[in-house]
Amino acid sequence: MPFSSDALARLEADAAQIIAKYPRSRSALLPLLHLVQAEEGHVSTDGVAFCAAQLGLTDAEVSAVVTFYTMYKRRPVGDYHVGVCTNTLCAVMGGDAIFAGLTEHLGVGNDETTPDRKITLEHIECNAACDYAPVMMVNWEFFDNMTPGTARQLVDDLRAGEPVRPSRGPSHLCTWREAARILAGFPDDQATDGPAAGPPGLVGLKIAKERGWTAPPGPSQGQGTSSQGPASRSAEEASR
Amino acid sequence: MTDTLTPVLTAHWDDPDCFTLAAYRRAGGYQGLAKALGMPPDDVIGQVKASGLRGRGGAGFPTGMKWGFIPQGDGKPHYLVLNADESEPGTCKDMPLMMASPQVLIEGMVIACYAIRAERAFIYVRGEALHVIRRLHHAVAEAREAGYLGTDILGSGYDLEIVVHAGAGAYICGEETGLLESLEGYRGQPRLKPPFPAIEGLYACPTVVNNVETIASVPSIMVNGADWFAGMGTEKSKGFGIFSLSGHVTTPGQYEAPLGITLRELLELAGGVRAGHQLKFWTPGGSSTPILTGEHLDMPLDYESVGAAGSMLGTRGLEIFDETTCAIRAALRWTEFYEHESCGKCTPCREGTYWMRQLLEDLEQGKGSEDDVTKLLDINDNMVGRVFCALGDTAGSPIASTIKYFRDEYLEHLKQGGCPFDPSAATLFAGDGAQS
Ligand SMILES: Cc1cc2nc3c(=O)[nH]c(=O)nc-3n(C[C@H](O)[C@H](O)[C@H](O)COP(=O)(O)O)c2cc1C
Ligand code: SF4
Repeated sequence: MPFSSDALARLEADAAQIIAKYPRSRSALLPLLHLVQAEEGHVSTDGVAFCAAQLGLTDAEVSAVVTFYTMYKRRPVGDYHVGVCTNTLCAVMGGDAIFAGLTEHLGVGNDETTPDRKITLEHIECNAACDYAPVMMVNWEFFDNMTPGTARQLVDDLRAGEPVRPSRGPSHLCTWREAARILAGFPDDQATDGPAAGPPGLVGLKIAKERGWTAPPGPSQGQGTSSQGPASRSAEEASR
Repeated sequence: MTDTLTPVLTAHWDDPDCFTLAAYRRAGGYQGLAKALGMPPDDVIGQVKASGLRGRGGAGFPTGMKWGFIPQGDGKPHYLVLNADESEPGTCKDMPLMMASPQVLIEGMVIACYAIRAERAFIYVRGEALHVIRRLHHAVAEAREAGYLGTDILGSGYDLEIVVHAGAGAYICGEETGLLESLEGYRGQPRLKPPFPAIEGLYACPTVVNNVETIASVPSIMVNGADWFAGMGTEKSKGFGIFSLSGHVTTPGQYEAPLGITLRELLELAGGVRAGHQLKFWTPGGSSTPILTGEHLDMPLDYESVGAAGSMLGTRGLEIFDETTCAIRAALRWTEFYEHESCGKCTPCREGTYWMRQLLEDLEQGKGSEDDVTKLLDINDNMVGRVFCALGDTAGSPIASTIKYFRDEYLEHLKQGGCPFDPSAATLFAGDGAQS
């Protein structure tokens, strides 16, 4: 569906802001595609035409880029994009079982959307959270150490509109389109929500503290200058 | 003797506010920048060179040397592009670092940009990690407000802007020239090198591409000095790094240690392989690094020793697999990944990964013959060195290395006409009823 004139005006204003960030306008193409995905939930031919018009490109040039990147969807996506990591480590740790369970439970296959248009299921590649395997992502927020049971609960809650909280993320889970807007470069106000690190992020640090292990002191330590790292920690603790 | 673990980058992650500028300053943040801005840029490069810091993104190229390649006085704009694409299977250090401590990255970037004389920098972050992206935007905004970014940084007359740029799902955009293509708004297909990015990078201008952890290591080098950094690690692999343990270990997670620590030491800290099981194979640094086995437990995890053992230190993404894991299944999954992620530019990589995946699929199901094992190695030999980028060079690593150590297991599949392993035994929830 072509954009309404209101939507077009809004999108053009956003696009201008994005383009202004880059030394060359074409660099704005990926964020612009996230922007039109935020508007429509996927990148439609209208979305492609919009991006092309903003950047003085042909539709074909833009389409060539869209098709290269897996995060741009060319068909409508549900409110929640549910990704299950089935790369080797997660697959072995249970990702395969989780994916199979969800397929059966939701009655949809890979890259398909439930009839209520709530959930699109996809098996995804490694999402850089291997120490939390098996990992799922909902609208690109982390859901750690999943099992087939917790995965089923998660999608049931999403479909029922129950509040759902990512393991390491904000208190409010964005919809798919809200998430795309953040990717376009317009963050919401939830950056300070959630923990600094999850438990696996702290295991080494905890052992080091228990055993009194630190990096060697820097030359500036002891002269009142604090520094990065453990030296600063002791300097800081001493001053508390 | 240096301690077994040396938290520097991870030292404050247990502070719940660690990601804020206030917490970072409390921990001594931005003193490295103040120091750097008081030095001539070439001296900053010199200090990073002297520290021996090598790239933490996988290849281990000396960082100071890379910065030194940027031509000065050439009249062209210079750029720093931070590689925050972290998508190599098994690699999971940069995302937690940016989530917990984005300011150290901003500080490192300002120092690096000052050194190479860049006025614009980009963080190319993979799009599939929304909260990390929020934290990066937040960190840039806080740093700008405090005068660490923008014009006349800390009264030095130096100006810098940082743009957070979210990718859109493509492993190949972690390869530095694929990344640059992507950042220019194209399909992320790698470029032929040379010219290297230091000469013709972003918009054909001199560009440094560095990994997140590399740049995050720079502020501590500025504060504590090159000798401090070089005092950790081994002869040629200096300093500290984050070792990420995942898979069949009792306590997976992040362990920051001097380079040269061994897997045996790391496993001891991590409570060993999960209870009742034994180590079967492991990757030292992500899926592109050939697997190793129990015979390598005492090998120092530094660039030279891992290289000598026929693998690579890579990203220190240590994926641990116990005896319940089928080596062919693991190789197949990684091969599916490479097939999916091959950008398609080079025929050997595009076609090779496609054929290797099919052969492996058959072998996993006990179909095919021993000739197929040889054929896999043949295909791999025809990819290595005949492609544009390291994806094609290393896509066959899981296959070649599993054949090297587990050839019998390949044959056993053929003999049994199927996979002898029970996949449910390998899961995190094996035997605890959570399956239902
Ligand atoms: C297929 C492929 C994917 C890569 N992915 C990443 C990545 O996600 N992050 C990264 O820092 N380096 C990655 N690299 C390595 C980069 O090309 C480059 O060497 C690195 O960013 C340089 O930074 P460093 O010198 O600080 O390590 C990848 C390389 C290849 C071939
Ligand atoms: S080796 Fe593979 S991923 Fe790399 S440029 Fe060639 S086709 Fe693309």
